[in-house]
Amino acid sequence: MATARWRAEWFGNIKGDALAGVVVALALIPEAVAFSIIAGVDPKVGLYASFSIAVIIAFAGGRPGMISAATGAMALLIVDLVKDHGLEYLFAATILTGVIQIIAGAVGLARVMRFVSNSVMTGFVNALAILIFLAQLPELTGVSWITYPMVVAGLIIIYGLPRLTSVVPSPLVTIVVLTAVSMAFGLNVRTVGDMGELPSSLPMFLLPDIPVNVETLTIILPYAIPLAIVGLLESMMTATIVDDLTDTKSNKHRESTGQGIANVATGFLGGMAGCAMIGQSVINVKSGGRGRLSSLIAGVVLLGLVVGLGDIVGRIPMPALVAVMIMVSIGTFSWKSIGNLRTHPRTSSVVMLATVAVVVATHNLAYGVFVGVLLSGIFFAWKIGQIFGIESTISDDGRERTYIVAGQVFYASAEAFVDAFDFDEALDRVFIDVTRAHFWDISAVAALDKVVLKFRRDATDVELIGMNQASTTIVDKLGIHDKIDAMDYVPGH
Amino acid sequence: MTILACIDRSHFAASVCDHAAWSAKELDVPVELLHSIERHPDPASRADHSGRLGVDTGEHLLAELVALDEQRNRVARESGRVLLDDAARRIHEAGVEEVYQRLESGELSDQLRDHERSARMIVMGRGGEAATQDAAYLGRNLERVIRASHRPVLIAAVAHRPIRRYLLAFDGGKSSGEAINYLVETPLLRDIEGKVLMVGRGGDGGRSRLGDAVRRLESAGLHVTSELKDGEPEAVIADNIERDDIDLIVMGAYGHSRIRQMMIGSTTTELMHRTAVSMLVFH
Repeated sequence: MATARWRAEWFGNIKGDALAGVVVALALIPEAVAFSIIAGVDPKVGLYASFSIAVIIAFAGGRPGMISAATGAMALLIVDLVKDHGLEYLFAATILTGVIQIIAGAVGLARVMRFVSNSVMTGFVNALAILIFLAQLPELTGVSWITYPMVVAGLIIIYGLPRLTSVVPSPLVTIVVLTAVSMAFGLNVRTVGDMGELPSSLPMFLLPDIPVNVETLTIILPYAIPLAIVGLLESMMTATIVDDLTDTKSNKHRESTGQGIANVATGFLGGMAGCAMIGQSVINVKSGGRGRLSSLIAGVVLLGLVVGLGDIVGRIPMPALVAVMIMVSIGTFSWKSIGNLRTHPRTSSVVMLATVAVVVATHNLAYGVFVGVLLSGIFFAWKIGQIFGIESTISDDGRERTYIVAGQVFYASAEAFVDAFDFDEALDRVFIDVTRAHFWDISAVAALDKVVLKFRRDATDVELIGMNQASTTIVDKLGIHDKIDAMDYVPGH
Repeated sequence: MTILACIDRSHFAASVCDHAAWSAKELDVPVELLHSIERHPDPASRADHSGRLGVDTGEHLLAELVALDEQRNRVARESGRVLLDDAARRIHEAGVEEVYQRLESGELSDQLRDHERSARMIVMGRGGEAATQDAAYLGRNLERVIRASHRPVLIAAVAHRPIRRYLLAFDGGKSSGEAINYLVETPLLRDIEGKVLMVGRGGDGGRSRLGDAVRRLESAGLHVTSELKDGEPEAVIADNIERDDIDLIVMGAYGHSRIRQMMIGSTTTELMHRTAVSMLVFH
């Protein structure tokens, strides 16, 4: 049924995909320009990237209906590279990012995504939204006063117009109106053309003009790795969102490889690294886009418009762009998460806020995700460590005591395990019943050894009950976790 | 064991019921009715081209799409129940005691994989809900089901008519061997007049295989005649159906791979296009 699916993915929804593709193309232009400005490169770098990534992902991606292009998350990571080493190194880093992503797709790294919890993802989007907003501030400080009424007017159109009609994209109307006004009155505002070069032709294949040596690698690799991680992360997150919206499945491995192919090609076409875009993908689905055609049309229309209307694109006043980007940042932020701070478990909120804080401090989404994942892991270990208890009974003659250990013993609960024994009692014999305990790691075994030795020193005989079952849960060593009946070996189930 | 009858809202539904009732009575087994609510790919239920990202747009959009699907699928489920009830009544009235109903959602071919184990036979219509009266139209699921299924599939024509004469299209292949086994082992066509037709150059191999097949059928108590004819299989079979007033074709289907089929076409598909009678096919 491969051909049937292929046909459905490409031509199952031609009209919806075509219309949505045009809407997305129009929405992508200001974003691609704005993200280029964030990265400190000419607008054409972001525009070429958006064209090439959108078109290639249409063919190579694993999630039909998802939109990929030049993104803010990636732009933020390359600022220093561009500033310190220049554009050619950016192209090389983009290619290397793609290569890493292709490898990640081939070895099935998408599976690792499950360790990124919901709270980390929420932190990721919130941080991204904040950074996109912060990136607009330079356009709002030290500029002529007319900028402010223009931004406000832009926002009014963006949010007000859809109440009247949802036929035309309101961000587009904002741009058209503000461009017309600024040209008609010759307003003193900066324009997109002032920010750098725009594309005047189709992109051309070029080899990055850099020395091919180890030194170059040491320059670009520290950028390519976070780029690859952040790109895959945002792409997988977006794929999940589109999966949910459309109630369909995606191929995450194919998507990672596809993102890689798109980035490699984009580097050779003079574009910056990109990934899937949450906001644009939502816009696409909302506009009726479901298939691969939507992404293809978005890319082609984008380049056609920019090359065809290059002069006019250059005249777009920056305040119009700022208004659109404020909308993007508002749309990216998870507002629900603020209300959830009160209702969600405190540990989840801490993970989310820590992710945001680290990203805002470092401007690097990869660091934020790293801290978030680390914290989630620690909090999870801490929580599981609470599922642990020891009871004991003393014999009638007061010479023997039986400890019954139940729950999870591992590095986070090993200390509590040792503390639960009373070594001050003068006993002849101690029974430690660990039948209902799970010993997960070496720390747990070491803690048990310690307890036994301590009792021995006091000349108390120790007898362990059920140790064989308890230790079978050191799953790493015995490797029973991947057998179907693993739970049969786990005592207490 | 049951007769698994797949129905939808096409104009084949009544005929599928009648075919199922007939075979259930011949084989003395209950009928299990299956209606599958297909998951539509959800094309643009609401196209908003404003391109605006508001507060938590994704969440709102999800809620909206879920609500739309919920509504649509509730209607589909209710009407599916009504469809099944009507079908069950029709089969009851035709004299089958036990009729079960099964309502599922998803792809029909996937569900058959799960349910066909307990089935003696699968009955389905030639066309789906999109089918017109055009006899040449074949349903999207038909070939998929025949290829995927390990059970014989009875393909119902638009209207059921009493089966008085059947034609067994014999090519000596594996699946027509299965057809013969089935006829030998089950009482389905035991009292009905049949004809075994082999189309091809014949030769001694073909003639002797045809002879073997006929002997096997006769020793099982079936009433058959046989004929070996030269020519293009589709045309010869179609001619025979018309001339002998055949009510049912029994044959092996899709004996070749999809690749070959793409290159030179399939006898099965071609025959389905040419004739409007019911078919019992083995794969």
